[in-house]
Amino acid sequence: MPYSISEINDILRAELLGEGSLIGALEAIQERCHYLPAEALILASEAFRVPLAQVYAVATFYNAFSLKPKGKHCLHVCMGTACHVRGSPQVLDRLETRLGIQAGETTSDRMFTLETVNCLGACALGPIVVADETYSGAMTAQKIDKLLKNLEHAKETPR
Amino acid sequence: MSTPQLPTTASPPEAQTFPNNDILDVDKPESDFVPSLTSIDDFMVWQDHLAESWEENKPCVRVCDGAGCRALGSQQVLEKLRAELAVTRLSVPVQIVGTGCPGFCEYGPLLTIYPERVSYQRVKPTDIPEIVRRTLAGGELIERLVYHDPQTGAQIHTEPNLPFYKKQKRLLLNLNGRIDPKRIQDYIALGGYSSLAHALAELTPEQIIGEIKASGLRGRGGAGFSTGIKWELCRKNVLKTGSGFVICNADEGDPGAFMDRSVIEGNPHSVIEGILIGAYAIGLLDRSSRKWGIQDGYVYIRAEYPLAVENLRQAIKQAEQAGLLGQNILGTGMNFKLHVRLGAGAFVCGEETALMASVEGRVGEPRPRPPYPAERGLFDLPTNINNVETWANIPLILHLGSQAYASTGIGRSTGTKIFSLVGKINNTGLVEVPMGITLREIIVDIGGGIPLGKKFKAAQLGGPSGGCIPAEHMDVSIDYESLTALGAIMGSGGMVVADEDTCMVDFARYFMSFIQQESCGKCVPCRIGTKAMLATLERICAGQGNPADIDYLLELAETINTSSLCGLGQTAPNPALSTIRYFRDEYEAHIFEKRCPAHVCKGLITYSVIPELCPGCMVCLRNCPTGAITGAKKQVHWINPELCTRCGMCKSVCNFAAIAVN
Repeated sequence: MPYSISEINDILRAELLGEGSLIGALEAIQERCHYLPAEALILASEAFRVPLAQVYAVATFYNAFSLKPKGKHCLHVCMGTACHVRGSPQVLDRLETRLGIQAGETTSDRMFTLETVNCLGACALGPIVVADETYSGAMTAQKIDKLLKNLEHAKETPR
Repeated sequence: MSTPQLPTTASPPEAQTFPNNDILDVDKPESDFVPSLTSIDDFMVWQDHLAESWEENKPCVRVCDGAGCRALGSQQVLEKLRAELAVTRLSVPVQIVGTGCPGFCEYGPLLTIYPERVSYQRVKPTDIPEIVRRTLAGGELIERLVYHDPQTGAQIHTEPNLPFYKKQKRLLLNLNGRIDPKRIQDYIALGGYSSLAHALAELTPEQIIGEIKASGLRGRGGAGFSTGIKWELCRKNVLKTGSGFVICNADEGDPGAFMDRSVIEGNPHSVIEGILIGAYAIGLLDRSSRKWGIQDGYVYIRAEYPLAVENLRQAIKQAEQAGLLGQNILGTGMNFKLHVRLGAGAFVCGEETALMASVEGRVGEPRPRPPYPAERGLFDLPTNINNVETWANIPLILHLGSQAYASTGIGRSTGTKIFSLVGKINNTGLVEVPMGITLREIIVDIGGGIPLGKKFKAAQLGGPSGGCIPAEHMDVSIDYESLTALGAIMGSGGMVVADEDTCMVDFARYFMSFIQQESCGKCVPCRIGTKAMLATLERICAGQGNPADIDYLLELAETINTSSLCGLGQTAPNPALSTIRYFRDEYEAHIFEKRCPAHVCKGLITYSVIPELCPGCMVCLRNCPTGAITGAKKQVHWINPELCTRCGMCKSVCNFAAIAVN
């Protein structure tokens, strides 16, 4: 996601005028850029008048933040208890094998990022995989293959 | 105390800037008009008006639009329904409402047709034309979409008759599934905000706190501390310092728990009303000089719940518009702003001191208590933190009266508790039950038992901080004391069911790995202790356990429990402790016999083909991710144990049950 410095500044300004929450600002930047660029941390530290070390601490403490760029498609596998007992480890296994990466990594072509989340609270549908904010419930290894196929197909059609 | 009757004389003496007839001028009850209320009288007029125009018996199709049903496609169902009704001429206009989660998630998307309350389940967009044609226009039932009792095979047509709801007592979830959570009008029409109006008009803070204490309400976040006493302590400190905060803890991090999400998604105003009553009761300093000690409140909610956040924000906006939040609330002089803070994915932030650190914009690390938040909390001021469900109980208590409220429940556990029933259970979903119900009733009568006729093994309550209740204690009463006596806790309400195919050692390992990842790292016992416990459990699961491991785990557990800084660490050993307590034989099988009785632990199992059953269809061979299966068409296949990663793929795709796990 290409971004510009002025966009980051706009986000920071809006948050300062609104709720004034550092974490809120970082969340907005993360959503915009799909990661927290180093410049953004510096700008946030200046805007909020807090030491860069504190911004860095916050940025590395919370799971929602990433300092590394993420792939175009984000796949989240729910590892909550309900999904676990219904077979999410097998689903994650399949994704890791198919994509050739471990959870938390991004494919070298920056197409897919594979991540685990702790619980999405849609436990009735476990195991759940969220692909770019679309929930797919009752996932199995076979359904994973189909899902990846659809996403791969989507990547060829320009958005 | 019965249903509060508000005397019209109770409103403050200010001139009414909002002319009443403006409220009544609203010709269409469905309109989104929200008046700006400036007095309690105004509110009463609007509420009467909305209540009159609320017709439960009006033809209406209600579709669950909670996060669960959305994942199953409820949005497409709603879309199709709107499109279909737009082109269909019906004798009576039919309203369409997207509601919050009524709880029966397993059978979603759920569609209920009012006034008969015909319940259709697992509705697909392609079913809609038929529903419109046959049921809405023709008044005919579509048998395929109604509930079929798996035990008796009987058809159940209407929502109130579903066995899933029969043993529930839905006081908090009553409006989920009936109202549109995006409309404040619906909530008010059904009596919403009247507890607040009643409190502001008639009750002193002491009276309210007295009522909450008398109701016996205990914190629904898990610990079970008396809410009334918590409020009283905080109020004392607010009177001293002159200011403070209230916080709603909606950082529902326990895996397998989604009660709070559903309450906020389906009925956000009930939580806002509870918080407002709390801010009034804890924060009022001096009424005559209009001094309010608590003018800000925070809802700390998980970012993983986008729909709940959306509905909450919308609800806050509408409440502000209506004059129920913001400056000079209902003309009483009370000022209160409710802020929303999104959690950024840290489980430890559910701990109150960590949560406050996070609201302050810092790393979410807990700090030692005391001082408790009631004394020194957010920004070092007295702070009252309650969980979502606790807040939602407040308007209910004032509405019913503490005595009537306390008549539900058993012993020192009053009221109801919402559980999210998940895992190996037929009717996954959200259930609200009276305290004192037995676990068996929840599992068998409400939950419909275990899928595929398997045996119930245990129910895990309280997530990673809780413990499990094995089959032999299925008749335990669900209340704080009884659960604690069995080594489990009430917890926030996650109830994960394990069946005979669940390995309890692996279960404990799962929770320990969760806790270990989520440990913030501030204190040593939790940071290093959980790591040591996890390594031991992993070793046992891999078949490399030592005879001394169980004792080692127990010893570590005691140290972590007694010396950790916060609740996360102190309770971290619980899942391991309770599985050792009830399923020691499974641990011993792993350690001494190198065997996983439930056939789960990869290091202790092998997959093989049963030659008699294998027709040689090549399906497993094609699906095996590691190429471990060899064979040819119509010939018995063979799994190479060296290449097999025990992923279970072959077993899941085999149509002939020809894969054995040993």
